[in-house]
Amino acid sequence: MTDELVLTLTVNGRPVTARGGAHLTLLRWLRDVVHVTDPKYGCGEGICGACTVLVDGEPVSSCILLAAQVTGSSVVTASGLSNEDGSPSLLQRAFHAHHAAQCGFCTPGMIVAAAALLAEGGNRSRTELREALHGNLCRCTGYGPILDAIEAAYAEGGEAGVG
Amino acid sequence: MSAEGFDRSEVRTSKLDELRVVHQPLPRQDQLEKILGTTRYAGDFSQPGMLHARLVRAQVPSARIVRRDVSAARAVPGVVDVLLGEDVPHNTIWVDVPGQAVQVAALRASMEVLATERVRFHGEPVALVVAESEDVLAKACQLVDVETEPLPVLTTPEEALAEGAPAIHPGGNLLAEWQIDTGGVDAAFAGADLVVEGEYRTQLVDHAYLEPEAGVAWNDEGVLTIRVATQVIEHYRDVARILGLPESKVRVVAPYVGGGFGGKEDMTVEPYVALACWRTGRPVRMQWTRDESLLARAKRHPMQMAYRTAARRDGTIVGHEIEILADGGAYAYLSALVLLYSSVHACGPYRSGAVRLRARCAYTNNPPTSAFRGFGGMQVVFAYESQVNRLAARLGLPPEVVRKRNALSRGDVLPIGQRVETEVLLPETIDAVLERVGPKPEPSGPRMAVGRGMASNMQSYGRLVWLNDSAAAWVGFQVDGSVTVRCGVPDIGGGQASSLAQIAAEVLGTSLGDVAVHFGDSSLTPLAGTTTATRQLLMSGNAVYVASMMVRGQLYGVVSEELGDPVESLRLEGAEVVGPSGSVALVDALAACRRRSVPTEAIGTFFGPHGTAVDTRLATDRVFPDFTFGTHLCDVEVDLDTGTVRLLRYVAAHDVGRAINPLSVEGQISGGAVQGIGMALLEEVQVEEGVNLTGGLFQYLIPTFTDVPDVETIVLESGEGLGPFGARGIGEPPIGPPSAAIASAVADAVGEWPSRLPLTPERVLDLIVADAAADAVADETSS
Repeated sequence: MTDELVLTLTVNGRPVTARGGAHLTLLRWLRDVVHVTDPKYGCGEGICGACTVLVDGEPVSSCILLAAQVTGSSVVTASGLSNEDGSPSLLQRAFHAHHAAQCGFCTPGMIVAAAALLAEGGNRSRTELREALHGNLCRCTGYGPILDAIEAAYAEGGEAGVG
Repeated sequence: MSAEGFDRSEVRTSKLDELRVVHQPLPRQDQLEKILGTTRYAGDFSQPGMLHARLVRAQVPSARIVRRDVSAARAVPGVVDVLLGEDVPHNTIWVDVPGQAVQVAALRASMEVLATERVRFHGEPVALVVAESEDVLAKACQLVDVETEPLPVLTTPEEALAEGAPAIHPGGNLLAEWQIDTGGVDAAFAGADLVVEGEYRTQLVDHAYLEPEAGVAWNDEGVLTIRVATQVIEHYRDVARILGLPESKVRVVAPYVGGGFGGKEDMTVEPYVALACWRTGRPVRMQWTRDESLLARAKRHPMQMAYRTAARRDGTIVGHEIEILADGGAYAYLSALVLLYSSVHACGPYRSGAVRLRARCAYTNNPPTSAFRGFGGMQVVFAYESQVNRLAARLGLPPEVVRKRNALSRGDVLPIGQRVETEVLLPETIDAVLERVGPKPEPSGPRMAVGRGMASNMQSYGRLVWLNDSAAAWVGFQVDGSVTVRCGVPDIGGGQASSLAQIAAEVLGTSLGDVAVHFGDSSLTPLAGTTTATRQLLMSGNAVYVASMMVRGQLYGVVSEELGDPVESLRLEGAEVVGPSGSVALVDALAACRRRSVPTEAIGTFFGPHGTAVDTRLATDRVFPDFTFGTHLCDVEVDLDTGTVRLLRYVAAHDVGRAINPLSVEGQISGGAVQGIGMALLEEVQVEEGVNLTGGLFQYLIPTFTDVPDVETIVLESGEGLGPFGARGIGEPPIGPPSAAIASAVADAVGEWPSRLPLTPERVLDLIVADAAADAVADETSS
């Protein structure tokens, strides 16, 4: 066991101060300490992407990053992607319309990774999307519907960018 | 009430253009919450005062346990309890056929909950540590001292079945054996124009769902309640047996599950969280790490399959001789049934003439093997479809011609004796994939070769008929006309619950949004059996259909009296019951039901087809309710210098009978095909001398976005299935064809037939070298 630290992070727009072990990964800190459970544990080694969150806008695998390393940062998880009034974002609506979730366990990480791509603006071909997202695994869909959803979000969001 | 008198013809004759909710590509009810990140999976759940539990697992594959010392672990601050096998009231997990309404005890396979004297595989649970936190667990588990004395390690089924091999279990190492002999095999081979011989091997494969095993147990006012990622809520009975509690005092709740694929059919964390809760009186959570899941949860049976196929010059198959040898790993689990599926499906969707088959499964000290999507019916696709493609190549016939010449159709009899009773659109699936693809593409460079491969399959849906399967569901109107469905189906990601909502909404004239489905609770929802064997649409789908029809019938009876119109003339439209002489608002009709003492709810029970059990010699008139048929086709490009196989195109067609939700159907086909592609090209659990070396997803490679093309799905609907509205099951079937389709495409590209999966670059290079050597010999002979 290591020492405990008091960390303050902004989680989905809400400042959170909590005490937790200095050794805790960001994923464990979010799930076990502050009870934000939408980032998932799938592999614990940064391979599967189910734990993907945005740290100051950048997508990271929260299972291989210590919470203490990002103290003071702003963290956005899947549940923080909705519009301010709580309604589904453009990307979330596209995932819904295109049947892009089956068991749904990869979905919170997947949609965060996709939101980061969309936030970069521009447009990507289907092949480029595949390359950009290859760090997010899905065992149910065969990936096609996820790509359909992201392409639809690009088409609808246009130059405005969506997230 | 039961489904006596349930008229199947009414289900089948539903006119497609009259369907409002069923057959529509509607977003599933569970989707939005999953996308918003608010779905609470098993591991997302916690309780005040909750403890944490972890297993101490054997570090060796085969040993006698000499000493177990838990004193140091117990002394760690924060450790609440440490359990050994002796602390378990009944230290045996009986693996009967899970999820049955009645005990069938077909298997009587068992293992210890916590091993006491003997370790049979690497990762076998030996001790259970319960502590205040995960951090305490990590420390304490390392301090549990398990001293072992090595015993011989049996690593292959051949070794295990050899004369004089040490017995892994008291009954010997032969776990199961099945035989088929239709008679006339020798004559068929003697009279054949050619015989195609091939040997095929499949590997140890992991389910690798994204959600590792997890669950929480707590004492809910006297009922031990377990909220767990499972495909089988009926395991509450197994937990009750282990703890010596009445079955009524244990409850299993299945939340939405993060993927199952058969890996959550046997119990995973259930007995351990239950034990820990029972001992400490506090809520307890257990979550397996990915490493733990890969190490110790039962996997897919590796199989060796030797085929001899006799045929006529025109491609007609006249006989098969088949020998299957499967690795059952250290414990039986469901191996005997998996092997039975292999045997029944071994000849594929074809008239097969005379067949002799022997299938055996042996205990070894490898990781245990059990249920996995396809359940033994998919390994054999690699063998029988490679045989068909080789037969076509030998005869110089297009593979589709040989397939169609032998394709099963209604009225044909399978080698085990079951008659095909429904229309089979197999030839149509073949035509559909061929029409979709057009000519084979050109290679992208001089050292690249392009190949095309096709494979068809059949896969049963629904349980073995002698299990007398049943499922129940409760359907009722609320006072405001909305509809509640209660059904014990676990939803493992295939949209199982949402499909039930569509069925109820269709029958009861409501919108999908007005139906809520409560599912997966062994105490509060009527039991519907397991989400396995591609059975839930058939079973719980029909149960909801039956219950909905009963509710509608009750309502119509009352309205008929109110309006004076005959029942047959009534229909539910919007929020009204409409007849020739007028209409009654649904809410008023429901109130009228109450006034007349007519219920506005019903429990429907659906019974699957029945049959009699088989013995080792498989000869019976019926084994499965029915089968789903399909054909896949792919184009690959092989790099002749590196052996790398790249999929250029993948098309998959299945006759699903009727698509209750086309989006869900396409999702099952696409996802199943990609899981099959993973087995064909990438996946293998590496085990050396019984030691499982596969430690994570960086070693166990499942397909990523960049490994696969889009799966182009083609949905054909014969309307001939036994499910509601003529649906067939589609959960398992799509995983069957990929390995044979890809192997045949590789053979088309490099000129040699693969016999072993996965088709790694090394293996493909071996084929390329072998082909070059064969060409050299051929050149020399001809010169």
